[in-house]
Amino acid sequence: MKKMKKSILMVALIMSACFTFAQSDKYESAMKANIAQLDSLMAKNNYQELANNFTRIGDAEKTQWLPYYYAAFCYATEAMSEKDNSKKDAIADKASAQITKAETILGKENSETDVIKAMIATAHMTVDPQNRYMTYGAAINENIKKSETLDPTNPRPVLLEAENKFFTPEAYGGGKSAAKSLFDKAQQLFDTFKPESDISPNWGKPTLNYFLSQYK
Amino acid sequence: MGQIKISGRVTINKNKPLAGVSISIKDSYDGATTDSLGNYSFTASEKGAQILTATSSGYKPYEEKINIDGAPVILNIELKEAITELKAVVISAGTFEASDAKRATALNPIDIVTTASANADITSALKTLPGTQQVGESEGLFVRGGTADETKYYIDGSLVNNFYYSSEPGQATRGRFNPFLFKGTIFSSGGYSALYGQALSSVLLLESIDLPEKTSADFGISYLGANAGIQKLSKNKKSSWGVTYGYTNLALAYNLVKQKFDYFKVPEVHEADANFRIKTSPSGMIKYYGYFSSTNVGFRNQDVDSLNMKDAFGLKNFNMYHNLSWKDYLGNGWKINAGASYSTNKDNITMELQDAEDRKQEINNDPLYAYKNFNLINKGQYINAKVVFEKKLKSLSAIRFGGENNNSNEKATYNQYNGSTYPQQIKENVAAAFGEADIYVTNNIAARIGVRAEHSQLLQKSDIAPRLSFAYKFNDKSQVSFAYGIFYQDPNNKYLPSVNALHFQKATHYILQYEKMTNNRTFRTEIYYKKYDDLIKTTGANNETFKAINNNGFGDAKGIELFWRDKKTIKNVDYWISYSYIDTKRDFLNYPFAMEPSFVAKHTASLVVKKFVAPIKTQLNASYTFATGRPYYNLVYDYTQNKYNLIGQGRTKDYNNLSFSVNYLPTIGKANAKSFSVIVFSITNILGFNNIYSYNFSVNGQNKVAVTPPSKSFFYLGYFVSFGIDRTQDNINNHL
Repeated sequence: MKKMKKSILMVALIMSACFTFAQSDKYESAMKANIAQLDSLMAKNNYQELANNFTRIGDAEKTQWLPYYYAAFCYATEAMSEKDNSKKDAIADKASAQITKAETILGKENSETDVIKAMIATAHMTVDPQNRYMTYGAAINENIKKSETLDPTNPRPVLLEAENKFFTPEAYGGGKSAAKSLFDKAQQLFDTFKPESDISPNWGKPTLNYFLSQYK
Repeated sequence: MGQIKISGRVTINKNKPLAGVSISIKDSYDGATTDSLGNYSFTASEKGAQILTATSSGYKPYEEKINIDGAPVILNIELKEAITELKAVVISAGTFEASDAKRATALNPIDIVTTASANADITSALKTLPGTQQVGESEGLFVRGGTADETKYYIDGSLVNNFYYSSEPGQATRGRFNPFLFKGTIFSSGGYSALYGQALSSVLLLESIDLPEKTSADFGISYLGANAGIQKLSKNKKSSWGVTYGYTNLALAYNLVKQKFDYFKVPEVHEADANFRIKTSPSGMIKYYGYFSSTNVGFRNQDVDSLNMKDAFGLKNFNMYHNLSWKDYLGNGWKINAGASYSTNKDNITMELQDAEDRKQEINNDPLYAYKNFNLINKGQYINAKVVFEKKLKSLSAIRFGGENNNSNEKATYNQYNGSTYPQQIKENVAAAFGEADIYVTNNIAARIGVRAEHSQLLQKSDIAPRLSFAYKFNDKSQVSFAYGIFYQDPNNKYLPSVNALHFQKATHYILQYEKMTNNRTFRTEIYYKKYDDLIKTTGANNETFKAINNNGFGDAKGIELFWRDKKTIKNVDYWISYSYIDTKRDFLNYPFAMEPSFVAKHTASLVVKKFVAPIKTQLNASYTFATGRPYYNLVYDYTQNKYNLIGQGRTKDYNNLSFSVNYLPTIGKANAKSFSVIVFSITNILGFNNIYSYNFSVNGQNKVAVTPPSKSFFYLGYFVSFGIDRTQDNINNHL
């Protein structure tokens, strides 16, 4: 009797493990499929569709931070590349909502979420740099620094810092040549960076290559 | 059992396709995004009874039960617009709002300090907006035919009694408060909310800043004085405190820039302030701001009744102001805003008649000259408190209600030339209760309905003041709004006590506004009609003090105003243009009948231009203000009829002022800069126009003296530096 109970328990355990494995397999494959589309959909300005896909996965899973992280990444990228200043704030607000959900699930911030927050602050600042520099400029620097401190091997905060420097006028200590050493540092970090898993953040290399090509 | 196709089309406003909508089977991965034609399609892996959702930001979420059991599902969806702050109409008639919170800003603190003609004075910057007069011989905001008394000032919800430095004859004193103390400025030229009262014309609402970004030490030096301060942010970024001290002495400035007045005591001001701010919860904040100042000034001016004598004016002032406020969200959509302030003000004024050699003249046998020697000591004590509760309802609708109590106790001691002393005391307590509702019907239609009840202890009178505004937004994002309201105000204490029972003065506002805000461009125009009733009439001749005698005064004002601000057309250039036309008459105080008030110009226009030149790290600012001539009146007292008669009148010539300022920011953009510095240089009236504000007439009406600015132009040069102590590293350590 005792043995039977034990075996039922075992079966239950094994079944639940299989179930979890199946679930997580489905999760990973859905995430991989969408991450694979990152570059192609974003190139077509199809940020919303991709963000929707990630949000759906996040809403269904409820305990995974990465779907919301990627949704936030889509919106933050869209906000930074949007040309119409009057639309930027609303898109950046969508990114904020998603990254807050990711950090709530994580229970803390990490090096990757801080990069997104720095991107969001960059988008807000570029709407009206003169009046917003004091607030958002501080938020950009703070999040980049936090991100670098939380994971010194992460190339993305360095890449963002380099990009920002690249677009800052020379009079303010920015410019193409001032940004070069940061791009070089980002390149070194990309060469050695190992993502935690197949679906962990690993974006940024094509962007880096584009900027490095500007120096040739 | 093949996979089942789910498809359809999402529309808004009856058949307009909506792209980017996220369609999903609730709690599953299944779903799609609508394309540019609003179409969606996906194959479902889930089966049976499911919930299909459609979400898109700015629209109300949609849910529908569907059954996935073999046949393809076709579901067309109509989404309804959600009422959101970004899209909704703004109730804005009469109001210029400028703050960080509202992203569509009209005028923010940086705008104030970079307005060339303003010299970092809040009120002077507001004078470039429509509805205000270019009165330069006395301080305050003269709005839409109203006197300066008719504008009230609020900091964090509580009334400020001595917003300006104490009056000096013939010139406008500055506001006491630094523009950088405030993150938001709301200037209302009429039709304002039931939360505010006791102002016939206008309110200026200032919201103080929250926690500073970082700990910093600040120093400033100019040829007018010096200041130093520190702001300390706690390590957990939950609280901060700060103190500053400033000293102003105009000796050097008045040596370099010739003044019309002959100063025997050049203005000298000591000022100190202190603050603390505590974050009591993620949404709650307690703020304290305290301010102390002492002023000493004395100057001689030509006496208007005798061409070879002078009036010597001396003023010693001590002022203290404390403001404590608390705001927080209480849960369930409730919010509280509470504030209290306590202030005291003491003016010691002496007037002396002097001859050409600056010797005191006592001509006690001629009342015309005898009364020119006196001493007046004014002491005021003010306690103001206010609480507002707000409950958010569905969408953006809300109700607000609360109460306000403003208590003042003013003692004046008048020491006459012959040694007689006349003390008097005026105590007033105005209690008010108010309520208002914001009603958003859709994103396009909103209304605000409010009512305010006030009781004056001094007048022993109560009143009920209704307020109403309505706003409608067109599809092209422009909007029209309308505001109506009744406003009551106590008679000014300087005309009290009265021998007769008085009641509140009254103004009724009707304002119609059209506004269009797009991509860094704002256009707005307003037309208004304002009716004055029960204004105070005064009695008293010449050198006697004027006292209120009845409420028989009246008047009206009507006008049209335009405002255009454009940050887009010319790269790196921000400019605004404002124009006001006003037609007004009033019979009040000692006016013999309804006349166009002497503080009003029919046409006023301003152009303000700002350009930031990045390569030289310099901001260039210019402003030009034009106003047509103001009327002036020669009023002579008739002792047989006991009233003033108009024996002559005229109009001053047009007013012109072109000002220029430069802000040089040498440290901007320096990587890892530990300090931030600014050099400011400004010149007002650079072209040297001979402006005349008005004329003063002698008692007998035979002599007139032009009232002009104290100096034709004025320049300013200052250097400010802020050393920031970056807490980023501390913050990171706290997170690890």
